[in-house]
Amino acid sequence: METILLKNIENPNSADIDEYIKAGGYRSLQKAIEMQPKAIIDEVKKSGLRGRGGAGFPTGMKWTFASSDPKTPRYLLCNADEGEPGTFKDRPILEKNPHLLIEGMAIAGYAIGAEYGYIYLRGEYPGAKDILDTAIRQAYDRGLLGDNILGRAVRFHLSVHQGAGAYICGEETALIESLEGERGQPRIKPPFPVNVGAWSKPTVINNVETLSNIPYIIETGAEAYSKIGSRDCPGPKLYCVSGHVERPGVYELPMGINLRDIIYTHAGGIRGGEKLKAVIPGGVSTPILPPDKIDCPMDFVNMPKHGSMLGSGAVMVFDDTVCLVKVCYRALRFFDHESCGKCTPCREGTGWLSNILGRIEHGKGRDGDIELLLDVAGNMLGKTFCPLGDGAASVVQNFIRHFRPEFEGHIRDAGCRLQN
Amino acid sequence: MLSEKAIKQVDEIIARYPAKRSAVMPALYIAQMEFGWLTPEAIEAVSEATGVPKATVKGVATFYAMYKHKPIGRHLIQLCTNVSCMIFGAERLVDIIKNKYGLEAGGTTADGRFSLVIMECIGACGTAPAMLVDTDFHENLTEENIVKILENYK
Repeated sequence: METILLKNIENPNSADIDEYIKAGGYRSLQKAIEMQPKAIIDEVKKSGLRGRGGAGFPTGMKWTFASSDPKTPRYLLCNADEGEPGTFKDRPILEKNPHLLIEGMAIAGYAIGAEYGYIYLRGEYPGAKDILDTAIRQAYDRGLLGDNILGRAVRFHLSVHQGAGAYICGEETALIESLEGERGQPRIKPPFPVNVGAWSKPTVINNVETLSNIPYIIETGAEAYSKIGSRDCPGPKLYCVSGHVERPGVYELPMGINLRDIIYTHAGGIRGGEKLKAVIPGGVSTPILPPDKIDCPMDFVNMPKHGSMLGSGAVMVFDDTVCLVKVCYRALRFFDHESCGKCTPCREGTGWLSNILGRIEHGKGRDGDIELLLDVAGNMLGKTFCPLGDGAASVVQNFIRHFRPEFEGHIRDAGCRLQN
Repeated sequence: MLSEKAIKQVDEIIARYPAKRSAVMPALYIAQMEFGWLTPEAIEAVSEATGVPKATVKGVATFYAMYKHKPIGRHLIQLCTNVSCMIFGAERLVDIIKNKYGLEAGGTTADGRFSLVIMECIGACGTAPAMLVDTDFHENLTEENIVKILENYK
C-alpha cells in the first residue's frame, strides 16, 4: 500500500518544508482554497473519515456542526496529547511529517471558518515541540499560514500549546480547559465543543492522525480515499505495536486489517517463538483479548462486535512470561495517578481498584477480593464524569473476565508463580 | 520578577490567544526555566505577567505532573515504567539508578546532578524501555546501557 501518513519519513530531512513541497506537499492547500468551504466539508463527509483519536466520530459531521453554528470566531484544535499507554502513533507525524499536519489544519481551518488553530501537544514530547515550532515558522515564511494564505484573503494562525503531563487533557473538554489556562478537568456535555468549545465558541477538535488524512482526501478526492480500508471505516490507519513481537513499531495499514495479521505478518509474530498470552488491541483502556479472540477486523465498527475497541490502535502484545495481574495493577496505578479528582466514582474508585490489585499482586490478596474488584468496577462504570473512570473499570472487568484463574491463583498462592 | 527577555516572551505568547489567561501554562514553563523550579517568587512572577491571581496560578501549576515544586538536579531523568516499559524490565532500571546514584524516585542526588521522576507512558512503547533525560529521548534501554547513557550527563 502507498503510504499517506508516513510518506517520506525515511528521508532524514522529511520535517523540512522544502522536502515536503518537493514530495507534492501543500498542493492540497492550494487546491482547497480555490474551493468553497462547504465543498471541502462535503468531500470530507463523503470520504467517510472518522476521528482517529479513539472515538471514531465522523469528521465531516463534526465540521458541519461547528461551521453551521452562527457564533464567531470559531477555533480549530489539534489533539496531540497522545497519552494512552501503548500509543506512539502520532509521534512520527509530529516529529517527521509536521507539514502534513499543518497543511491538514490550514485546510480544516479554512473549511470551518476558523482563523486560529492550536496544537495541544503533550509535555512529554519536547523534541516534537521544537520541530513543530520550526515547521510553523517555515509555513508562515512561505505564506502558507498567516493573514493572506497563498496571496488570498484567507487567514489562519497556528501555534503550539504545550501540555504538562496530564493524561486527562486528551479528553476534549479537559483539553479546552487546559488551553484556557485552567486545571485540566472535563466539562459536562452537552453542550458539545462544536457549539460551546474554546472560549465558549464553536470549536473543532481533531486528532493529529485525523487532520493528517485531510490533504490526501482533498488531493485525490473522497471516492478514491474511501476505497482504502473497510467500507464503514475507510482510509489508512496507524497501528502502533509494542510488547513481545519481533518487530514493534508504527505500521500504516488499511483500516480494518485483521488484528492477527498486524501481529503475525507485519510485526513478525511473537518474539523468540514464545507463546501468545494476551493482546490489548487499542491502548491500555481497551478490553484485553485472549489468543483465541484475535481474529478481528481492526476498525471502529467491528472491534466492539469482537469484545473490544479500536481505541488509538495501540496493539500491546504479551507472551506467556507476563503476569497479567501485574499488568492490570500497573494499568490501575496509572488511572489512579491520572484521575483528575473531579468526580467521586473515578477519584475513589481508581484508588481502591489499585489498592486491592496491589495487595493481590504482592501476595496479600484475600478471599472475596475478586468480587470486591468487580463490585467497585460495577459502581464506577457509567457513573463517572468522563471516560477515564469507565476505562479504568472496564480494564479490571475484562482482565478478570478472560484471566480469572490467574487472579485466583495469586490469592490462593499468596503471590505470583511467574515471578517466583 | 521574570527577566526582561522572559516578559517579552510571555507577551508574545499572550498575543496568540483571545484571553491572557491561556498564557499561564507557557508562562509557568518559562518561569520554571528562570527560577529552576516553581518557587513562590516564580508563581508571583507568572501572576504578574498574566494578570491571573497567584492562588489560581498555583492551582494550575499543582494540577500538572511536569511542573516542579521543589529544586531539581542539573539533569532530570524521566523514566517510564508504564505497561510496555514494565514488561521489558523498567523496574529493574529504577533499581539500577538507585544503586548506582543513591537516587530514589521523586528525589535528587546529594551532589545535585540528577533528579528522577517516574513517568506514565512517554510514547516510546515500540522501543521500550525508554526515558527522557532533560529533553533527550533514550530508547531500547538495557541494564547494561543505562548507566553508560547517564554518564554522559555531568
